[in-house]
Amino acid sequence: MPLSEVASFQVTRLEVLGPDGELDRTLEPSLTKEQKLGLYRAMWLAREADQKALKMQRQGRIGTFAPATGQEAASTAPAFAMGERDWFVGAFRELGGWLARGMPLENFLWFHGGREEGSVFPAPGRTLPINIIVGSQTLHAVGLAYAMKLRGEQDAAVVAFFGDGATSQGDFHEALNFASVWQVPVVFICQNNQWAISLPVKAQTHARTLAQKAIAYDMPAVQVDGNDALAMFRATQEVLARAKSGGGPTLIEAVTYRLMMHTTSDDPTKYRSEEEAKAWWERDPLKRFRLYLGAQGLLDEAGHAALEAEVKAEVEAAVARFEARRDFKPDAPFDHVFGTPHPELEAQRKAFLHELSQAGGPEAQHG
Amino acid sequence: MAKLNMVQAINLALRQEMERDGTVIVLGEDVGLDEGVFRVTAGLLARFGAGRVIDTPLAEAGIVGASIGMALGGLRPVAEMQFDGFSYLALPQLEGHASRLRSRTQGQRTVPMVLRFPYGGGVRALEHHSEAREVLYAHLPGLKVVIPSGPRNARALLVAAIRDPDPVVFMEPKALYRAFKEEVPDESEALPLGQARVVREGRDLSLVTWGAMLHRSLQAAEQVDARRGTRTEVVDLQSLAPLDGETLVRSVSRTGRAVVVQESPLSYGPAAEIIARLNDRALDRLAAPVARVSGFDVVTPYFGREKAFIPDAARVARAIESTLDYR
Repeated sequence: MPLSEVASFQVTRLEVLGPDGELDRTLEPSLTKEQKLGLYRAMWLAREADQKALKMQRQGRIGTFAPATGQEAASTAPAFAMGERDWFVGAFRELGGWLARGMPLENFLWFHGGREEGSVFPAPGRTLPINIIVGSQTLHAVGLAYAMKLRGEQDAAVVAFFGDGATSQGDFHEALNFASVWQVPVVFICQNNQWAISLPVKAQTHARTLAQKAIAYDMPAVQVDGNDALAMFRATQEVLARAKSGGGPTLIEAVTYRLMMHTTSDDPTKYRSEEEAKAWWERDPLKRFRLYLGAQGLLDEAGHAALEAEVKAEVEAAVARFEARRDFKPDAPFDHVFGTPHPELEAQRKAFLHELSQAGGPEAQHG
Repeated sequence: MAKLNMVQAINLALRQEMERDGTVIVLGEDVGLDEGVFRVTAGLLARFGAGRVIDTPLAEAGIVGASIGMALGGLRPVAEMQFDGFSYLALPQLEGHASRLRSRTQGQRTVPMVLRFPYGGGVRALEHHSEAREVLYAHLPGLKVVIPSGPRNARALLVAAIRDPDPVVFMEPKALYRAFKEEVPDESEALPLGQARVVREGRDLSLVTWGAMLHRSLQAAEQVDARRGTRTEVVDLQSLAPLDGETLVRSVSRTGRAVVVQESPLSYGPAAEIIARLNDRALDRLAAPVARVSGFDVVTPYFGREKAFIPDAARVARAIESTLDYR
């Protein structure tokens, strides 16, 4: 009996705006002038905040964090394509996306300054806080989407972010499988930044693309130039619309690059060449979007200088709020183990506070 | 009022809570069409439909991780692990997220979910189907661990667990599933979590236990008391986390002697924690060292040996007597 083909698959790639600003007009998403400028400003803010945080870490003002420089388009543009009713489920390298979703920068700094208060958002809405365990959040996204589907919400979906390393995790595969079996509205966005700390993506997987991981689950997938904000916006908008109309989940592989270290605790020169990083600086998502705005006559040199000054002032104001806060209740962890008090835990709180009063000194008192 | 076994009583709790609250859903492997491998979810699929009674793919971390998302999204999932031995695949989601989201967000996000599964030995099952590992969950701050000892408290504790604002690990002693029936009221009832109960009052010794060990402990208490004319008090913890230290200390302060009975391995088990609490708060009332009747620090033996390894009434009785005899 001859062999017959039972299924075939292909992986497509989307690029709209090339590294030198060349634009495919047929694929250009329709954005207003305000949206374009807003998206650029949001990415610039993310870059400025990231670099400021890096300096603050080096000065000892915050602890370890994972810089996102170079990956602004991959999380910010999707956030612009999302509605308020959509859930934003991030990992830990989506600063642009979080800021665009309304997380104050000082929250990011408190979190990395060792304070749980950083994950308490003034307007939490449908944005989850930083999630550190690689890939684990993809399952939460599926559960959120199931809850929406069960309630019959048709105006909303979930967007989950994770990195290339996460695609090796069981949780990621379980999430894709559950989402596909249940046909729930989730958009999985893999920020393939080429490196999981020191492991290059070639050693992470033998697969030629990460997008193809979806094929095993019969889930649509697309590879996107992750440094192309227009492509990221377009791809997210399209698959979100499909998810909301009952078309199920999609995997987007955003091909990008981690221009900085994994976290402030490692030195990338130990495991990768500086030439490689240099080549990716040429593909900087901010640079090319600026060319796009310039070509459209939306942002000239003077306009850019004004934007830079404005963003800098915004970041400095957030840093000032970060540093001004002193009201960190030392026994707050006891408040939030359970929603209902228990005498055993209250006894431990009392013992903790007693020890603290014995220790003395302002640092001990203020935790 | 009907006489129900524990399987039927748990089923009643699920059914009534699902009737009461449309956000309560059940998910797990084979919980729908097959009605659960122990039939705990019998009739739920037919009554509530596939949207609320979900036969999931076979992936424990997936079930628990998705349940966390469901809970964040406003549902109250009751997830089933088919057996205790498979639940460990989901521990990272429990430790990493279910137990922490409230604390991580200082109360802004919560995870009201129940993870229920059969545990413990005594049903002649395969490897990985007879484990008792309560401390794996009880050690994690932010998780409640509840263990019923009979049909009536199984129903009432599960109702409370489903209504609780936080994640509850509900461990069902599978040896008790069909061991006996009890009167269970038709009207829904709930028991507070984190509270032990004195099931047999006494003045000479406190026997502290939970789950399947309660019944052999009661037998032992009766045997010893009949022989010696003593009165042994028996405390059923019902919740291992949070632990009801007050009831424990009150009981032992009165009796001055205590034996703790656990099915799990000896070292770092719940008994060790209970004894430490008694040392902290009732040492001057103790007339004898607190004894442990326990499993051993061996890999759970296959069922050909389980009878010898799981504490029985005779072992418990010997521990009671030697503790009573201590001078």
